[in-house]
Parts: sequence; C-alpha cells; structure tokens
Amino acid sequence: MFSHALNRLLGRYLKPYALNLALVVLLQFIATMAGLELPALNADIIDSGVAKGDTAFIWSHGALMLGVSLIQVVAQILAVWLGARTAMGFGRDVRDAVFNRTLSFSTREVNTFGAPSLITRTTNDVQQVQMLVLMTCIMLIGAPITMVGGVVMALRTDVPLSAIILVAVVVMAIIIGFIASMMGPLFGLMQKRIDVLNRVVREQITGIRVVRAFVREPYEAVRFARANADVTETALKTGRLMATMFPVVMLVLNVSSVAVLWFGAQRIDLGDMQIGDLTAFLTYLMQILFSVMMATMMLVMVPRAAVCAVRVMEVLDTETTVAPPLQPVMSVSERGEVALQSVGFTYPGAGEPVLQDLSFSLHPGRMTAVIGSTGSGKSTLVNLVPRLYDATAGSVAVDGVDVRDLDPDLLWSRIGLVPQKPYLFSGTVASNLRYGKPDATDDELWRALETAQAADFVREMPDALEAPIAQGGTNVSGGQRQRLSIARALVKQPDIYIFDDSFSALDVATDARLRAALADETGDAAVLIVAQRVSTIRAADEILVLEHGRIVGRGTHDELMATNATYAEIVDSQLSAEEAAA
Amino acid sequence: MTQQKQQDLAPVGPEGPDGAVKVANERPKFAPQRRTGGPMGGGPMGGGTGEKAVNFLPSLKRLVSHLAPERVRIILVILMGAVGVALTVYVPKLLGYATDVIFGGLIGRNLPAGMTKDQLVDALRLAASGGPGAAQVLGMLQQAGMPADPDQLNRLADMIARMTVVPGQGIQFDTLAMWLLLAIALYIVGSLLMWANGWVLNGVVQRTIYELRRQVSAKLDRLPLSYFDKQPRGELLSRMTNDIDNVSQSMTQTMSQLLTSVLTLVGVLIMMLTVSLPLTVIALVSIPVSMAVVAVIGSRSQKRFAAMWKSTGELNATIEEAYTGHSLVKVFGRQREVGTEFAQRNERMYDAAFGAQFLSGIIMPVMFFIGNLSYVLVAVVGGLRVASGQMNLGDVQAFIQYSRMFTQPLTQVASMANLLQSGIASAERVFEVLDAAERTPDAQGSLPVPTAGRVAFENVDFSYSADKPLITGMNLVAEPGRTVAIVGPTGAGKTTLVNLLMRFYELDGGRITLDGVDITSVPRADLRSSVGMVLQDTWLFHGTIHDNIAYGRPGASEDEIMAAAKATYVDRFVHSLPDGYDTVIDEEGSNVSAGEKQLITIARAFLADPQILVLDEATSSVDTRTEVLVQRAMAALRRDRTSFVIAHRLSTIRDADVILVMEQGRIVEQGNHHDLLVRQGHYYDLYQSQFAAAIEEVAA
Repeated sequence: MFSHALNRLLGRYLKPYALNLALVVLLQFIATMAGLELPALNADIIDSGVAKGDTAFIWSHGALMLGVSLIQVVAQILAVWLGARTAMGFGRDVRDAVFNRTLSFSTREVNTFGAPSLITRTTNDVQQVQMLVLMTCIMLIGAPITMVGGVVMALRTDVPLSAIILVAVVVMAIIIGFIASMMGPLFGLMQKRIDVLNRVVREQITGIRVVRAFVREPYEAVRFARANADVTETALKTGRLMATMFPVVMLVLNVSSVAVLWFGAQRIDLGDMQIGDLTAFLTYLMQILFSVMMATMMLVMVPRAAVCAVRVMEVLDTETTVAPPLQPVMSVSERGEVALQSVGFTYPGAGEPVLQDLSFSLHPGRMTAVIGSTGSGKSTLVNLVPRLYDATAGSVAVDGVDVRDLDPDLLWSRIGLVPQKPYLFSGTVASNLRYGKPDATDDELWRALETAQAADFVREMPDALEAPIAQGGTNVSGGQRQRLSIARALVKQPDIYIFDDSFSALDVATDARLRAALADETGDAAVLIVAQRVSTIRAADEILVLEHGRIVGRGTHDELMATNATYAEIVDSQLSAEEAAA
Repeated sequence: MTQQKQQDLAPVGPEGPDGAVKVANERPKFAPQRRTGGPMGGGPMGGGTGEKAVNFLPSLKRLVSHLAPERVRIILVILMGAVGVALTVYVPKLLGYATDVIFGGLIGRNLPAGMTKDQLVDALRLAASGGPGAAQVLGMLQQAGMPADPDQLNRLADMIARMTVVPGQGIQFDTLAMWLLLAIALYIVGSLLMWANGWVLNGVVQRTIYELRRQVSAKLDRLPLSYFDKQPRGELLSRMTNDIDNVSQSMTQTMSQLLTSVLTLVGVLIMMLTVSLPLTVIALVSIPVSMAVVAVIGSRSQKRFAAMWKSTGELNATIEEAYTGHSLVKVFGRQREVGTEFAQRNERMYDAAFGAQFLSGIIMPVMFFIGNLSYVLVAVVGGLRVASGQMNLGDVQAFIQYSRMFTQPLTQVASMANLLQSGIASAERVFEVLDAAERTPDAQGSLPVPTAGRVAFENVDFSYSADKPLITGMNLVAEPGRTVAIVGPTGAGKTTLVNLLMRFYELDGGRITLDGVDITSVPRADLRSSVGMVLQDTWLFHGTIHDNIAYGRPGASEDEIMAAAKATYVDRFVHSLPDGYDTVIDEEGSNVSAGEKQLITIARAFLADPQILVLDEATSSVDTRTEVLVQRAMAALRRDRTSFVIAHRLSTIRDADVILVMEQGRIVEQGNHHDLLVRQGHYYDLYQSQFAAAIEEVAA
C-alpha cells in the first residue's frame, strides 16, 4: 500500500527507532485491550450485579473498571510520548540527511533541482512524512488492533450477532472509500485552483503600475473573478462531500446498533445470550466502526506522504558530481596560478557542449577578462575554477594541482568569488563582510569597503558596520548589494579573484572608480573577470572573447579591436559610432 | 461504552483532509508560514494558529455582518440544526425504552406465570416480610428460581415494580419493534437534517468568502499607489490568500460545530435531568475537571506550538540561506559553520516539536480517562439505584449514552475558542485592507479629442512623506511631439515625475495639465489611456507573448498586434522560440531573456498607441545585442509622440529636445545637449563624470 520510495525512506530512517516503535505497538495493544475490557466489565456489572441486586459486586467491579481505565490512559500517554519522540526524531534525522546531502552537492545539482525545490523538499516534504509517522504512532496503529480485538471480543460474546459487524464494516468501508476516492482528486484540483488564484492576486499586486497605466483594471477584475469562481466551485464540491460523509457514517453506525438491539433481543429471548452482553456488543460495534473510519481517513494522508517521500528520496539518491578527493593534496607551493587545459563541459543529456576546448591560464598580478553574449558559457566557465562544477573534459589546475585532487578547503581558501547575483546573508554588514575571514578587524573591513566604493553608504547607515542585513540582502539596493559582495571577497584577501559580471548594477562612474581602486588592492592576485560592459574589461591583460562555448578571440583590447570582428561588434553595440568618436 | 474515545476522535477526522488543502504548496513561504504541520498540525486542537484578535467582539460582529445576505439560509440552518440535535438527543431515550423491554422480557420470563406484576410484587414483599403466609409464598418463589434472602427479595420487588413486565412472558417483540423502528426513523430524519444543514452552510460560507475575496480585490483597485509602497507585497498577498483561507476554514468549522455543539449541550443536559438528577450531578462534575485539563495542558501546548513555529521559521531561514547562497557557502569555506548552525536549529526544533506534539497528543487520552471516570461513577451509582429499584436499567443505559454525548461537544466548544480567535485575527487583517483610505474619486471632466499631448507642470509641490519635501515649485512644459530626457543621480526624483504625470500620486500643490486640462479634472482611466509607459522592471503576466502584447489595447486586431511586434523587434526573437507567439511567459520568465522581456513591454506600449510616452531606460546588464534592439525599438516608439524618458544612454539624451537635469527634487537645468554643455553647469559636470571618461576609455 505504501510506495517504494516511502518504504525505503521509512525503512532507512526508522531503523534506529525500531525498539521505540515496538514499544509503541505494545503500548497501543495494551491500551486497546484495556479499552475492550471495559465493556465486558460493564456487562458483568449488569448481569451479575444489577440484575441480581448484588451491590458488593457492583462496587468491586466498578473499582476494577477504574483500574483498567488507569492502565489504558498510562499506556496511551506513554505511547504518545514514544510516538512523538520517534516521529520528531525521524523528521530531524531525515532533514539532517537531506540538508547535508544538499551541502555536498555541486552547484550543478543545486541548479538541476532548483534552490526553491530543494528548500521545499527539506522542509515541507519531510514534514509531511513526519506527520504520517506521528499520526501512525498515535492513532493509526491502534485502529487495526481495535478492529481485530473488537472482532475477537464480539465473537467471544456472540458469534451469530457478529455477522452484523461484518455487514456494517463492509458498508462503512465502501461508503468512506467511495467518498475519499472522490475527495482525493478534488483536493488536487483545489490546490491547483488556489495556486492560480494566488498567482492572479500576486500579479495584480506586483504589476499594479502597469495595470493602472494601461487601464486594465476591468480586465484584471474579470481574470480574478474567474479564478475566484473556480476556487469557490471546487470548495463547494469538497464541502458538500464533507457534509455528506458525516451524516451517512453516523446513519450506518446508528442503524447497525439498532440492528444489534433487535437481533440481540431475539438471541436473549432464546437464552443464547445475556443482556449485559448486548450493551458490551454495542460498544464493540462502535469501536470497530470508528476505527474503520479513522483508518480510512488517516490513509488519505498516505498518497500525499508518498509523493513527498519520492521527492525526498530523489535528493538522497543523488550523488554529487564533485566528489571530494579520497587522498587530497593538502599543501601546494605555488600561489595564484590557474591553468585550464582543453576544458569542455556538457550537461548530462544535453547534446551541445556548453564549453569546448578551452585553454588559458591565470597568473598572479594579471587580469584576465572574459566577454561574450548571454548563453556563451561565461558563467559555467567561472564555476569550474572553484570546482562548483567539474569539467567533463580536460583539466582545471589551481596552483599546479588538478582541482579534483586538491583539498576542497585549501582550494576555496585561495579563491574570492563575487557571484553574478550578489547574495547577502541575514545578519549585519560586518557579519557578511567577515563571511570568508571571521577574524578580520574593523579596519580591514573598512579598507575593503573603501575599495569597493561602499564605505560612504555604509557610513551613512544607522549602525554602520552593525547595520542589519535582511535575508538575501533585500534591504539594500542592487548596486549596494553588489559592492558589499565585492567587499566581502576583498576582506578574504585571496590569491585568485573571480568576478562574475559583478559590476552590472553600478553606474559607469562608480564602475570606473571601483576598478581603479581594485587594481591597487588585487595587485599580486590573479584576477578573472567576466563582464558585459567593454569599459569594465578594457584594461585587462588578456581578454577572451567567448562565443558558443569557444574562445573566438584573445588578446588586449587594442589587438582585439583591430583583429576580432566579434569583439568589434560588441564594442560597437555598446557605443554608437558617434559616441565612440566623441 | 468506551465509545467516548472514538467520539472524541471523530471531529478530528473531517478536519484532516480539510486542513490538507493548504499543504503541498510548491512555492515555499518561510518564516511567517503558518500551518506547515499538514493535517492535524495546527495546534493542540488541530485549529488555532495562536494568533490573537485585537478587537475580538467588534471584529466578530463585522464578520457576522458579512453574512447578512445569507440571513434566510442561516435561520434555516439554525432551525434544521436545532431539530436535528433534538432528534439525536431524544433517540437514546427510545433505545432506553427498548432495553427496558428486553430486560423486562428477560426478568418476566423467569417469573411465575399467571400473576399480574402487582400481584407478584405483593407476593415478593410478603415473602420478605416473613409475615403470615410468607413461607408458602417463599417456597413458591424459590421454585421459580427466586432468592430467599429477605433483603434481596425486597430489592427485587422494588425493581420489578418499576419495570414493564408481564410475569411468565418473554420479550415483547411487538413493543420492541415499535421502539426500534421509531428510533431508526428518527435517526434517518436526523441524518437528513444534518446533511441538509451541512450542505446549506457550506454554500453560505463559500459564497461569503467569494464575496469577501471579490471585495478585497476590488478594493485594491481603489487604493492609492502610496498604500502599496508602504505595505510589503508579500504581506498584502498573504492577507488576500492565507488570511482569507483561514477565515473560510474557521467559519466552516465554527459555524457547523459551534451551533450543534451548543445545542447538543443544552439538549443533553435537559435529557439528563429528565432521567435522573443525582446522576446528572455526578456527570456534571466531569465538566470543570475536563475544562481545567484542557486549559492547563492546552495552554502549555500552545506555548510549545508557538516555540515550534518560531524554530521552524528559523530553521527554514537557515535552509533557505544555505541553499540560495550554496556556492558562496562553499567558496567562502563556511560549510562546517552552516552545518553546525543547521544541526543546532534542527535539534532545537526537534525539542520544541516533541513538546508540542506530546502535550497536544495526551489531551485526548486524558479527556478520555476523565470521561471513563465519570462513566464508571455513573455505572456504579446507576447500577446501585437500579438494584435498589430507584431507576430502570434502560434509564441508566440512556444516561450513560447521554454522559458520553456531553463530553464531546464540550471539548469541541473549547477548541472552537482557539479556532475562532485565529479566524477573527485573520479577518481583522483582511478588514484592515478593506478599511484603508481610498484615493480620491474620479472627476467627470474630459480631455480634448484628439489629444495633442502638451504637458505642463505648474508650480508642482510633492513629497512622499510630509516631513521630507521632495519636489517644490516645479515648472515644466513639454510641447506636443517633443522628447524630454530626464537625467540626474538616483533619488533626484526622476521616477517621481513620471508617477505624478500618471497620477499615481496626488500633488501637494500646483497642478499638471494635459492640453491645458488639469489632469485631476478627468477620470484617471482617460488620462492613463493617453499615456503609454515602459518601465525598467518588466512586468509581464503569466500568459503567452501574444497575450502580453495584446494587453496594451483591448480589442486590437491580429494585424495590429503583429505590426507592433515587428516594429519593436519582438518578431525577430519570437521566431527562434519553439512555440513562437504562444510561448508562455512563466513566473520567473526564464525562457525569455531580460532584454527580450523589455522588448515585449515596448511592443505593448506601441500597440496602445498613446499620445504621450513615458520610458524608463534599463541600465541593468542586458545581452548587448538585444540592448541595441531595445534602443532602436524605443526610438521607433518615440516618433511623433510627446515622450518623457528617464535616460541613461548618451544617445537618447543628446537626441532629446529638452534635457531636464534634476537634483534633489528640483530641476536645476533645462535645455538641449549643446546649450547645456556650453553653459558648463550641472549637466556639464554630470556629462564629464558619467560619460566622457567612459567614452574616452573605450574609444581611445
């Protein structure tokens, strides 16, 4: 009944809790048995106490019933305690496994899954499976025990009358199963329609200026009304199913208890049964039917948890493509040397390689620039040096050692990366700047800020270095984010700098000032810079022109202007002829 | 008998799938997310989010007032509910009668035949008294299997006296059938009423929620833009989606359950009293005990749940940062620290979640135990009273059922309180949107037809917030067909100028005229229809490229749409897309580049064919070749139209008829490129710092 992935996930991560689970089953068994004993005791009170007027018997059996109740409640509380431990521990362990697996991933795997999807898998999806485990421990395990126990007790009480239970269980299961099967697709549809409605609202809010500028309020209203009506329609349908289920279930329950009274009376009349058994029997019937109902309802959770389990297992089954070396090289003698030799990169399953036959090197004190249009493979190239991707052909060597043999920590300690999308972490300006060098002094931070042209605005912030930064850096502007991201790399004082299109959000003047300051700061380091703007890279010692994953030109600005048509075209597109001549 | 356990569980069932609607949302919402727990995950009672309403009663009243159109149906629901509850409450009494018939038959069969009930009772009392003739009667009774002990005989007499019994006769099946058929009939009617009740109520709630959503959506159109500036978008969105959903859920559950629960409580109490006063007193003792348990455990578990949501938020934030900044974490060598932070927060969440789930999990067993205590007491005391002839067995049976029926609605009412709190808190947040100050109503003037496109700012004052004046005494005239370039540093008020022209904001002083007509004297729609706008952030909606262009003008023909696409170079890249114009722009818009999106928005403005254009040039790095196209498309668009361009490119600025140099909300210089350079003022400085260097650098 459980899917393969769900079985594997549960099998692997519930193993440490096997003893807990066994105890939960035992405790639930005790609780259920105690629960089933109560009606029998009550029957005794009626048959041997009330009917015979034996008050002593009533008292003693009353006390016995209390004792049994106490056993039941203690067993249940212990079961909940163990169940909650198990389920929450299971969730914690799975989350831990998924998180660490994701951390081990290369950028390639992260991009394949997509960060938002990975986040959902680590949080929501794990939570879903965890809730299934919890509900199973607390409630679901009890259901089959109650059913079996109830049937056994019913059979012990009166065999022919048990036929009623059989009929009632079948009828109940069919009805609930039918309603649940209709409900499942409706819930799916409901979720989709709610998503559509939310999207329409989101677009209405984010696009408010455009909507108003184009006077499309009526159009948006129609779009909204349609989405709203769709959601309402589905909500009505599911609501009606819900409204139908409860009365029908209650009717089945009530009618079968009346049937028990009627047929039971005949058996009593024949002397085949005692009257106390009748009430006991009624209780067994209720218990069995309710556990059927509970089980069916709980099982609704299973398909959803199964989907989540598949998504979680996908992450856990994915191996990173940049496995750390088994015998890492822990020390190197050279500094700031990077060499790419016939490097190629192809995404799995993709026909066309993103990069082909690239060979070039970076040297200390030199600036190498890469320029090319979108989709030319620039960003992929940048990811190869810090081994965020592994090349699928050729080799990348840093400080004379192939990156695949180098200790990852050593490799990363050499590199300062400024990514295309400048991401800041929640915390303060200082905590972000110290990201790569936790022991950096305030002076070091200010120096980096000065170089990155960020000192002025940081100084103007209410708490300067201690000014809070929101998650992702959303509380500072794009240009500020970019400059802080540059400062962060500078604080680290690496041997190799990688700027991945890191100046795009800066205006031309700031860009120019920043580059001038950078030149002093990065003096002895090797610099790899990827850019769109020609002005940004004009001073580079070597410029590589990338097109369709190949180097189609290399040289200085002047050389390329003279010899390379692609480069000249790029320059031309950025400055019209008259501007260039001005 | 221990049915109570299951009755307590029962209301949880329907709630499960219901709560499930909210889960499985692919787009994660982090820290403020509520109800990640899936079904049952809400709180100790599976409901509340722990939020408290600020003005509970007024807000409740207001929410109820939204139900006004459904008044008739609600009265119907109440009536049906009342009748349904009355029937459900009455049936155990019938079943009690049925039990009496069976019990009576059982006892009666063993009694000596040929006597009436009264004769038998008399005989029993006589035998017990030991008076004259007792021995003879006693012997006869003992032959029939009766006890000899006088006390027992007396009790037997008392018991039989209260019973429906014909000595010597077995169970009277006619009478039994009558009671049982009646019970079935009432059950069927009760279920029908319950069903109709749920059906109607569902409609009432869904229609009300539909209307509430519609009102909020319509309200958004009437809010001034300044409202959206102040409100984080995610927050507003959450009010429209999560909060309305929450109102809907708590309304559905409280309205159906609160009503029946309260009615059931009243009904059951009445029935219990009619059966036996002493037993009622015993049963009622469980109420304060149950309430105390719910209050003590419930409030503790609420606290744990709050802690759990808090640590969930923190954990999710850690996860989000680690994943979004994945490559930085690696290259900056922070993998270990991030791992440790995650492990700590994961552990903290485990502790909080365990506490919350454990405490909420034991409420049910404990309530059940209390129910059992009262049940045992009722059974013992009831049994004693039956044995002593003060009560019928059937009455005890009925009473036991009533006492079970009593605990369940009690628990429900307690949990409703939480649910209602959270629902009202959400409703308040929705009402806040509905109550926000609206923009001034439209005036009914009209613009001259055709509009020539002469725009004038006359002594305009404006500021976003009263304490920071931005634009003061601005004067500006744009003649028809001319291009006005606006330049200046960030924060100089360039975009503000556009916002004012579009009347997204109201002026603090002065006026803006279009062809001599004050723009506040005409409907906003008329003004905006004559102005086309291309913004830096390219807003496209989820739909095809074709539909996004067609957005510019309702009712545009296919030819016109194609013409717009061709004129603005959209046509060129569309042909390289597999689905052409039917390519769907998704939320991230990953299939179309930023520059291409910009082209689509230009095509949209082109199609709208306005007299006045507002263009905000993009500075962000767009693929260089596409950028050339964007530039050309904008130039094509500007032809013969009065244009306001927030300009970043030198070519645009130089071609402009008028250049406005803005600084701190003021126009510090006006003129054309040549004149301004000659003047060697602000523009000259700006030109030198921003462009000259770059040009030299590249062109040298």
